Amino acid sequence: MIKLTNVSKEYAKGGFALRDVSLHVKKGEFVFLTGHSGSGKSTTMRLSHMAERPTSGEVRVTGYTSDRITQRALWKIRRRVGFVFQDFRLLPGRTALENVSFVLEVTGTPRKDIVPRAQRLLTRVGLTPKAGSLVHELSGGEQQRVAIARALANSPYVLLADEPTGNLDDRATRGVMDLFWDINANGMAVLMATHDLELVRRYPKARVLELDNGRLVYDSAAA
Amino acid sequence: MYAIREALAAFRRAPVLTGLASAMVGLALYVIGLLGLATYNLQQALSTIEDRVQIAVYLRDDTRQSEIDLAQAELGEIPEVRAVRFISKREALELAREELPEFSALFSDLEVNPLPQSLEVELIPGERSQEVVERISAAALRYPFVEDARYGREWVDRLFALRRIGAATTFAMGSAFAVVAALIIGTALRIAIFARREEIYVMRLVGATNGFIRRPFLLEGALSGLLGGGLAWLMTWATYRGVYAFLFQLAWIPPTWIFAGLASGAFFGAIASALAIGRHLRQV
Ligand SMILES: Nc1ncnc2c1ncn2[C@@H]1O[C@H](COP(=O)(O)OP(=O)(O)O)[C@@H](O)[C@H]1O
Ligand SMILES: [Mg+2]
Repeated sequence: MIKLTNVSKEYAKGGFALRDVSLHVKKGEFVFLTGHSGSGKSTTMRLSHMAERPTSGEVRVTGYTSDRITQRALWKIRRRVGFVFQDFRLLPGRTALENVSFVLEVTGTPRKDIVPRAQRLLTRVGLTPKAGSLVHELSGGEQQRVAIARALANSPYVLLADEPTGNLDDRATRGVMDLFWDINANGMAVLMATHDLELVRRYPKARVLELDNGRLVYDSAAA
Repeated sequence: MYAIREALAAFRRAPVLTGLASAMVGLALYVIGLLGLATYNLQQALSTIEDRVQIAVYLRDDTRQSEIDLAQAELGEIPEVRAVRFISKREALELAREELPEFSALFSDLEVNPLPQSLEVELIPGERSQEVVERISAAALRYPFVEDARYGREWVDRLFALRRIGAATTFAMGSAFAVVAALIIGTALRIAIFARREEIYVMRLVGATNGFIRRPFLLEGALSGLLGGGLAWLMTWATYRGVYAFLFQLAWIPPTWIFAGLASGAFFGAIASALAIGRHLRQV
């Protein structure tokens, strides 16, 4: 699904964010990517949907290889990978439904299917009654659910989430986590970056990877 | 379909920003419109003067009618010549009386008519250049019975110098303003697109193709350009009315020019958008 082989990432300003990292997220897995702030989690997440390319090594995402796919063809990866941010990154001034149907429109879904499918996706994340609300009228937890519905719209193989609960209170965090867990139970792989070890401990069945200063220092599957 | 809907939606969602972009485009094109108005009127004025460029071929009094007929026919066969008119001594006197009424008393007292008979050579429009005028005069002077051929050498020279200067100035100013307008349009649309980089980013993220992302922006750019062009049209028209009413008579620019202005506004808008968006598509 997502495979990093001897990946290093160096920033012109900032030095090495990752050094010689190899990891493999397989079909159907639930994986936490942990580590202190600055350890390289976000960098790994960006490499995992090819928002950035590695300085050395190779990234493979759903069959596409980092040193071969062109910038023009990235949309092929993006339709197989859903992405959720800490700060939601919804389109302001649009409703929850519009934020989800946007994806379907963008990826060429037949026009008559768009609204029903978007509505089903919102139902999937438990937001049916808020479909018509503008996103800024929603709570943080609700906005993150819209973002998750948006990430699911392309029926991706894998869901990537970078600190998705970082801006949420406890109750909203639990709700969003339950949702991720449920999505994973239905067969979708999930790779979630978080520095919140408390949260990780609540899901002992998940696989845990730990980064420290750009190196992969722990993998519960290998231990 | 999607592209059209999105482009229109952009105007609805951010009316101030897109309106501002159109207004900037409009102001830039307004300057071009004024230049066009000035150029067109200058051109009109020059061609009115040019219409009067003709050659007067003065004939000796003792020229035989058959010689006159021959010269009239031969001069009429020169390709640049539209018509050759014979003006007899009497006609010349009548014309002189009409055109110079203050001397009409003097003319009527004359016992002998001092005015020569002549051939008036009129040229085809567009062929009234100095070179042609000189060549035909020279041809006329070769007839032994021709006394003189005149075409107002000095003001023809000036007219053509003025024309050359006018063309050069228009070209230089036009290109300078066109570049400035293109830069302004580019900047306006870059700002408009920059404000929507988040949207572009999200579109990339969820798997939109570059072409799909670009299309509504191109259309929006073309629309801003067209709107700006329309605005410039209105402002130029208002200026024209104002000048016409309070300063002097002007001719309004021909519809083809307006159409060309609107089309280039739309074209510049689309190109500027394409350039501005390229940068965002390369990221992420
Ligand atoms: N765009 C960037 N330019 C320069 N340095 C960066 C950039 N992104 C991240 N870094 C650096 O790389 C390291 C890892 O950052 P990051 O992957 O964001 O860590 P985390 O998400 O675990 O907090 C940090 O030292 C950070 O300063
Ligand atoms: Mg981070």
